[in-house]
Amino acid sequence: MRTILYLIRKEFIQIFRNKFISKAIFAVPVVQMLILVPAITFELKNVDMVIIDKDLTPVSRGLISKLEGSTFFRIAGTTFSEKEANNLMHHNKCDIILHIPDGFSKDIGNGNPSKIMANIDAINASSAQLSWAYLNGVIRDYNSGIITENINISSARNAAPGIEITNRYWYNEELNYKYYMLPGILVILVTAIGFLLAGLNMVREKEIGTIEQINVTPVRKHQFIIAKMAPFLLIGLIDLGVGLLIGKLAFSIPFEGSVLLMFFGATLFLIAVLGLALFISTFSGTQQQYMLIAFFCMIIFILMSGIFTPYESMPQWAQDFNLINPVAYLMRINRMVMLKGSTTNDIMIELVSLGVIAICFSALAVRRYRKTA
Amino acid sequence: MGKTIETSGIGKKFGTTTALEDISFSVNESEVFGFIGPDGAGKTTLFRIITTLLLPDTGEISVLGKNCRTEYKALRKEIGYMPGRFSLYHDLSVEENLNFYATIFGTTVSENYDLISDIYSHIEPFRKRPAGKLSGGMKQKLALSCALIHKPGLLVLDEPTTGVDAVSRSEFWDMLGKLKQHNITILVSTPYMDEAMRCDRVALIQNGRLLAIDSPAKIRAGFSRKLFSIKASGKYRLITALRSFPLTITSFPFGESVHVTFKDDIVPTGLNEHLINNGISDVTINETKAGIEDRFLELMETAGR
Repeated sequence: MRTILYLIRKEFIQIFRNKFISKAIFAVPVVQMLILVPAITFELKNVDMVIIDKDLTPVSRGLISKLEGSTFFRIAGTTFSEKEANNLMHHNKCDIILHIPDGFSKDIGNGNPSKIMANIDAINASSAQLSWAYLNGVIRDYNSGIITENINISSARNAAPGIEITNRYWYNEELNYKYYMLPGILVILVTAIGFLLAGLNMVREKEIGTIEQINVTPVRKHQFIIAKMAPFLLIGLIDLGVGLLIGKLAFSIPFEGSVLLMFFGATLFLIAVLGLALFISTFSGTQQQYMLIAFFCMIIFILMSGIFTPYESMPQWAQDFNLINPVAYLMRINRMVMLKGSTTNDIMIELVSLGVIAICFSALAVRRYRKTA
Repeated sequence: MGKTIETSGIGKKFGTTTALEDISFSVNESEVFGFIGPDGAGKTTLFRIITTLLLPDTGEISVLGKNCRTEYKALRKEIGYMPGRFSLYHDLSVEENLNFYATIFGTTVSENYDLISDIYSHIEPFRKRPAGKLSGGMKQKLALSCALIHKPGLLVLDEPTTGVDAVSRSEFWDMLGKLKQHNITILVSTPYMDEAMRCDRVALIQNGRLLAIDSPAKIRAGFSRKLFSIKASGKYRLITALRSFPLTITSFPFGESVHVTFKDDIVPTGLNEHLINNGISDVTINETKAGIEDRFLELMETAGR
């Protein structure tokens, strides 16, 4: 035990003597939270629209001003030439081309259904669908205005039978995207700390040659591995705390559940990730080799964890893979505890799974570490 | 007197490269035992086997009465190892490094201070300085202190004096000499032939094979011919001329002069004429005593044949 403590002390001395690392450890969470949380959003704003209005009547102009009035759309230009409009889309100057054909208002006046057409840039499929949904909403709204104006019977609507739906968004009532992303960004933060620092530290001992001297001492394998994990576990937890504090102060994120529970989850997670990182470091000879493998693992773990795309809509094999993906578990734990106020019982499966992964990866690291040249 | 190291028939291969072949030797207690050989001879591999960092493919080895294969855990407590490359923590201070190694061996600096005081006193004024910022000679003294701090029975030094200035090298060997009083066996490797003279016994190693094991004096005495030291201005021209002389057996540069052996162990009569024909006139020829290097080169020649 005394040896472990002394080894840990040595790691801390080295970390804090390194001027760059010791500052970066605290700068990284601040910068990451302040930049990523507001920047990463799927909320749609300022969709550029070009309008080809061949009708030029009060009805068509009414529709255009309605679109202009919404925060989603920005009229980037109007033209009569389809070629020019297509050209604008080709050069990324607009996202939607809206055609209002000649005779649009006449058809409405005659009581016939009238047609307009929208061409949407679908390079980003999800934003294209969202734009379409918003556009649809605005037009439907305008449409019902026209109907009431023309028919002018208030009872007409009552006469039409139908199901009226009202909804309420639970756990994030205002659909504030920051609330969804912040717990995820915290996971990325902790992942980066766990993956990069400890593994690189281990490989550096190999590169400098200090490990050769350590290997001829009676230090046990598990002692050495634990001493490499402990400091970075602590730093990871501190960074998580700093990140949470920024979330509270800068974005007033709600915290429904128990902070302690979240830190417990993060502790299990960090042990798992540190174990994996040290395992990778045992077969990397240089920091470059280590970075290559660690970065690859990190990207896969993070992108498959469900941070951007819902976990449940991934193909089955991807969901199976996530059974061993520690990032996926912490992603769920963080969101559930912070937004939903889940208790230990609610996230028992995640906690137990993380615990098993942590034990397995750490055991692998200890087993694979060789006290030989 | 007991044997600190006993090996028989050690062999080690890396892939298809043979690093060590049939190495058998023994080292006595409290002896300074030197391994002399060029780079790539297998010295470091052999030391890694002795320090339990590598397992030999064949052969048996016991160190301090313990089997290197099975009792390596106990053995690691009793070996002090100083790798060829400076391998202490650059970012820890002199003092911190020493405390660190004392602690992981389960001892304290004060407990064994008398053992290292001679060496450590040289660097103690710099005890707050990061180890990476020490000079070469001081780094070496710190490394030696760290390797000694747990009072090992065997001290293994892999090329400790490589890259260290001549004065520090000499000091270093003086320190090793003093350690003998503490019953510490010292195993040391070096590419420098002059250092071989300071060992009790040396082993000459080349291409993974032992060429000879004996005391330095006996190794020198093993030289089989009469050796002549020839001096002239323009050493390179001299060597070329000597090598083209039909009665020359060997000629190697040795410091300022050239060490030469001739057929029949006499200076041949036609030599002066041959040298003058090659434009060398200011020649001095003396008979000289063979050094370890001469014997080593001779052994290499024979082994190569």
